[in-house]
Amino acid sequence: MENNKNEKKSTNRRNFLKLGLMSSVTAVAGASLISNLAVQDEEVAESGEKMRLLTPDGKIVEVDASNVNQYPEALITPEESRKGIPNRKFVMVIDLAKCKNARKCVEGCQEAHKLDYNEEFMKVQLIQDNPEASPYWLPKPCFHCDEPPCVTVCPTGATFKREDNIVLIDNDRCIGCKFCVTSCPYSARQFNWGHKDKFDDKSQPYSPETSVPAAEGTVMKCDFCPDMLRVGKLPHCASSCPMGVIYFGDKNEDIVTNGEETVRFSQLINDRGGYRHLEHLGTKPNVYYLPAVNRQFPLERGFDVEEDIIERYKDVPYVQDLKKQGKI
Amino acid sequence: MNLEKRKRELAKEFSPLLEKTTKTSKIWIGFLIAVILVGVYAFFVQLFKGHIVTGMRDNVVWGIYIINFIFFVCLSYSGAFISGVLHFFKTPWKNSVSRIVEIITVLSLIIGPIFILLCIGRLDRLHYLFMYPRIQSPITWDIIAIMTDLIGCFIYLYLTFIPDFAILRDNSENASKWRQKVYKYLAIGYQDTPTQREKLHKITRTMSAMVIALAIVAYSVLAWIFSLTLQPGWNSSIFAPYFIVAGLYSGIGVIIIAMYLIRKYYNLEHYIRKVHFIGAGIVLLVISLLFGYFTFSEYFSRWFSHKTHDANLLNTLFSRYFWMFIFANYIGVLVPIAILFFKKLRTIKSITFAAVIAVIGLWFNRYLIVVPTLETPYLPIQDTREEFIHYTATWIEWSLSFAGVAAFILFFILIMKLVPVIPMSGIIDNEREQLKSKKTFKKIITEQL
Repeated sequence: MENNKNEKKSTNRRNFLKLGLMSSVTAVAGASLISNLAVQDEEVAESGEKMRLLTPDGKIVEVDASNVNQYPEALITPEESRKGIPNRKFVMVIDLAKCKNARKCVEGCQEAHKLDYNEEFMKVQLIQDNPEASPYWLPKPCFHCDEPPCVTVCPTGATFKREDNIVLIDNDRCIGCKFCVTSCPYSARQFNWGHKDKFDDKSQPYSPETSVPAAEGTVMKCDFCPDMLRVGKLPHCASSCPMGVIYFGDKNEDIVTNGEETVRFSQLINDRGGYRHLEHLGTKPNVYYLPAVNRQFPLERGFDVEEDIIERYKDVPYVQDLKKQGKI
Repeated sequence: MNLEKRKRELAKEFSPLLEKTTKTSKIWIGFLIAVILVGVYAFFVQLFKGHIVTGMRDNVVWGIYIINFIFFVCLSYSGAFISGVLHFFKTPWKNSVSRIVEIITVLSLIIGPIFILLCIGRLDRLHYLFMYPRIQSPITWDIIAIMTDLIGCFIYLYLTFIPDFAILRDNSENASKWRQKVYKYLAIGYQDTPTQREKLHKITRTMSAMVIALAIVAYSVLAWIFSLTLQPGWNSSIFAPYFIVAGLYSGIGVIIIAMYLIRKYYNLEHYIRKVHFIGAGIVLLVISLLFGYFTFSEYFSRWFSHKTHDANLLNTLFSRYFWMFIFANYIGVLVPIAILFFKKLRTIKSITFAAVIAVIGLWFNRYLIVVPTLETPYLPIQDTREEFIHYTATWIEWSLSFAGVAAFILFFILIMKLVPVIPMSGIIDNEREQLKSKKTFKKIITEQL
């Protein structure tokens, strides 16, 4: 009974939200009608605090804060999630000069996506381009390519490319053939090999935009946090980085921000020699890197992490040298 | 020649093969069923616990299931190919082996796709492939190709069975009731009248040509599953023809092994003779030269140009997989060539030995295509969990693989219980041809005189 009631409410709420957020004229009457009903139904006390939200069609609306918190049902359904946020072309710029392997991006992402210790949508790799070059830390999310090999090979359309540049996975649709995993040259995808209790936690309805809850036998990966983008916030990795390594923004507006400074995307790429990883593969990633020059931190600072994490980099010649010298 | 009498003779000759079950074969059947049951148990373990029970992890997401899949499907394509060629060109020695080839084709085409199903994380959503199909995906192509091929092969195999079903229907008064019924049903009123015979020959010939074409298409699509990706070891333009040659290689190998076993255990020395082994052996020699050539050019160009990621892959192949590489690509090719090249070495046993080496070598060749590539991605694997870095198949995967092989052999034995492994209609056709040529020969001789 309780459930039923909730469901009813939630449909009302969703309708309200949909209608309320619909572009002006036509919906005004209906919206006010349903919002009145909704209010009667729930008797929510207005907090008076207003929040500004980004609507699916890219408009900013002001909503009462109390309403927002109670709307987990405003989650975007798998069907809706295929459309993308209109008029946006999301890009990420990662400034390798500032990264010191603090791993806050990894942890922030894991917390938001309810990932286990070893499940990482964002990985920090230690890369040495050539024997003479100094190694550097490479935070590696999904690159949300413009020519995504994973999307091409998917036999059911479970993974898809949206108009706003984001590549998502609908794990309700995924049959677990793993073809996308083998075709991604960046190893961005992970598979849920066994059952985990967290998959049963249905308190939050599934949306490809949050990738929560994950499901056994399906693929998952970094999703650029569209749920955050819809409310005008940065993805979790960008907002949790203490160094401001990760810039995120909209290519259409030519603006990226790391939360502290906002810069022109084109200028940043031009001035700092921005590049994309493995450009020659022709996948056209939407994640750009600024080379690790004039670094803010010595590389060794990155080894101030758990033993288990350091152990990951044991194949990098530089790390082997450090170990020989007894530095780590 | 009295046709009816000859048919009766043949039916009588082969009836012990169909009706008698010796003690050894009973033990064999029991053993095979036991192996399959272990496989079924393993399957349920995997179904309930998830793919965590396999050795596959995030980097190596495809393991021996996919290797068995390509292996069996290639086997079937090559079977279809060979059988099509035999029929189409009316090869003189085809008769004794054609049914063996056809059975191999259909059985492996049924067992192969089961392995791809084992590799799928959500079997409960299999119908999504048809509900939300995406024609852009090579997997969809593969499904279409395999299903078309399966249907084509079934029709083709059935066509070649019809005359034998008719003979069995007319000559199995002593057989059990259900057998008679089955034969009657399956013979679909075939009476072996000249018109019927002509029609059937025509259809079979057309189908044999189509089966060859289907096999080539399906092979290539299978190879494209790998070669259309960006992975260093897979993204190769010669993969499609390479897979065709490799498939033929394993196909001929398995046919020789099957010929040897059937000849030995069913005492068919009269029908499967040394000349068949030598014929098949020479085909194996030609294909092994081709296969060796393709393998060489594939790895040689990677080695010579040594792009970073190709070099990394070769490094993996020549360190961790050194002995497997030597076995698959040197021993597996050179030993059969050495045995088959010299006329003196071409005995039934040595040809069979060469075939065994070829088949095992080819399986490892497939392993080396799939696993090391996935273990050497573009971005280095930086992980501390051993099972995520290197792939080792678990007992679940092995027992399911052996169950597949056991099912293959078991079904083979069971089909041989239903129809003679040597097509009786073929024997009659052969004798008729011989008679005809003798007559023409006589005619020519008398005319000349």
